Amino acid sequence: MSAFLTYLLNGLAVGSAIALVASGLVTIHRVTGVVNFAQGTFAVIAGLCTSSLLGLGFPHGLSEVAAVLAAALAGLLTGLAAIGRPGTTPLSSLIVTLGVGVLAYAVEIVLWGDQPRSAPGLAGSVTLAGARVQTQHLLVIGVAAATFALLALFFGRTYLGKALTACASDPYAARVVGIDTRRMGLLAFALGGLLGGVAGVLVTPLRPISFDTDVTLIVNGFAAAVFGALTRPVITLAGALLLGVAETMAAGYGYGSHQLEVALGLMLVVMIVQASRRPAISQERA
Amino acid sequence: MLTVTEVSRSFGGVYAVRDVSLSVADGEVCGVIGPNGAGKSTLFNLITGHLPAEHGQISFRGRRVDRLPPHRRARLGMSIVFQAARVFHGMTVKENVMVGAHGRTRAGFVAAALRLPRHRSDEKEIDTEATAALARVGLAKWADRPADRLPIGQQRALQLARALCARPRLLLLDEPASGLRGQERERLATLVEELRADGLTILLIEHDVAFVTRLADRIVVLDLGRVIADGPPAEVRTDPLVLAAYLGPSA
Repeated sequence: MSAFLTYLLNGLAVGSAIALVASGLVTIHRVTGVVNFAQGTFAVIAGLCTSSLLGLGFPHGLSEVAAVLAAALAGLLTGLAAIGRPGTTPLSSLIVTLGVGVLAYAVEIVLWGDQPRSAPGLAGSVTLAGARVQTQHLLVIGVAAATFALLALFFGRTYLGKALTACASDPYAARVVGIDTRRMGLLAFALGGLLGGVAGVLVTPLRPISFDTDVTLIVNGFAAAVFGALTRPVITLAGALLLGVAETMAAGYGYGSHQLEVALGLMLVVMIVQASRRPAISQERA
Repeated sequence: MLTVTEVSRSFGGVYAVRDVSLSVADGEVCGVIGPNGAGKSTLFNLITGHLPAEHGQISFRGRRVDRLPPHRRARLGMSIVFQAARVFHGMTVKENVMVGAHGRTRAGFVAAALRLPRHRSDEKEIDTEATAALARVGLAKWADRPADRLPIGQQRALQLARALCARPRLLLLDEPASGLRGQERERLATLVEELRADGLTILLIEHDVAFVTRLADRIVVLDLGRVIADGPPAEVRTDPLVLAAYLGPSA
């Protein structure tokens, strides 16, 4: 029983990390209509930056914040490349983000090499109802919960959030009411970078990060985001937690090498079901 | 208020709008009519900025605007009601209207995210205005419904409320009467008359000649991308060129 509880809590932590990656995807897609395949890269950059900064002797806190800001900057640059030119269609932008992701590999290898790096997080563990949980896992869960609460509040309750949503719903009409859709799109990319960065900083102490970790992150994050039709934060969170728990259970009960397959299989099923109901990726009408 | 000087725009070598000039004075309701393919929609998009003009100038409130993107023109006070049901999905009716006020909000991103007092006072003010705009177009009781579920006539009324919430200097209406039934059309005409009485400047692009002649102080007639008549409704209606364009040369 306590093994089950341990798996469950660890799974929730893994799911929370996935949710943070997915939240960036959702934010960017919701505002620009672009599926950002460079989302995992933001997390990788933040993770590698943290490890380097801590290695150089910078204190905890400062290193993590700087790494998250670096990821936000990477998000902004990706945004400039993907939607900087007015009139770029979401599909063309998607291809650009793929290109940015590939280019990022080269840059990361030059800067950090191709070996995985880690960084120390919160040490120690606590015992909850007989289950041992690493403190870092609790931190991930807490940060994810706070992030999603803020996002839901931002998109749902503030007019700036509404303006951002309006951009995705009807960019043409959004411009007519005085919304600078390009600027809002870049803002979304920077926010997406920030969220990816938060995910990266939190995940690095749990599992070493290398330049190609973004594939694992993006596959999981994408699975969760698709679950929420790429636009709905709360359902995305639920999808991510489900995925995290499913993967951890699979690993815990002896199918450790099949974690990614679980994610991919789930994603496929969800995509097929949603595609049969309505177009999941571009559900806004022409 | 608005001056269009010899603007042209072609598609694949064919002119959709050619050397069109027109002006709208403060407080005037100006109608633009013309048969299908006359270039009305192109002219509309040139004025709003969704299409760049190849030649000519457009001035709005004494400023050249023909190189400005649509959102900058909107911020100068141009508000638009589309023919198509361009409401924002995933939001309520009132939220749609509140987005209309975006162009004149002062508080920035940080203030909104942190819900600073300035942002809150902005939001409260906009909320009040949105409610008033909805009441004006007769949508008050629909305020909390999802916008995309409204019937077409009410979606257009919603767009009008959204445009009014932006406190426009110039209201551009693109075929506002199309697709509306008799009663809805009558309500819209009454509303435009009220807005005119309030002194709002309106540019009305419309296919329905009767609708325009009732509301406009002055009518500009387009045919094959050119202005063929410009004057008071009574004068334009009897213009032989206009009759020929609408009914064919034999009429």
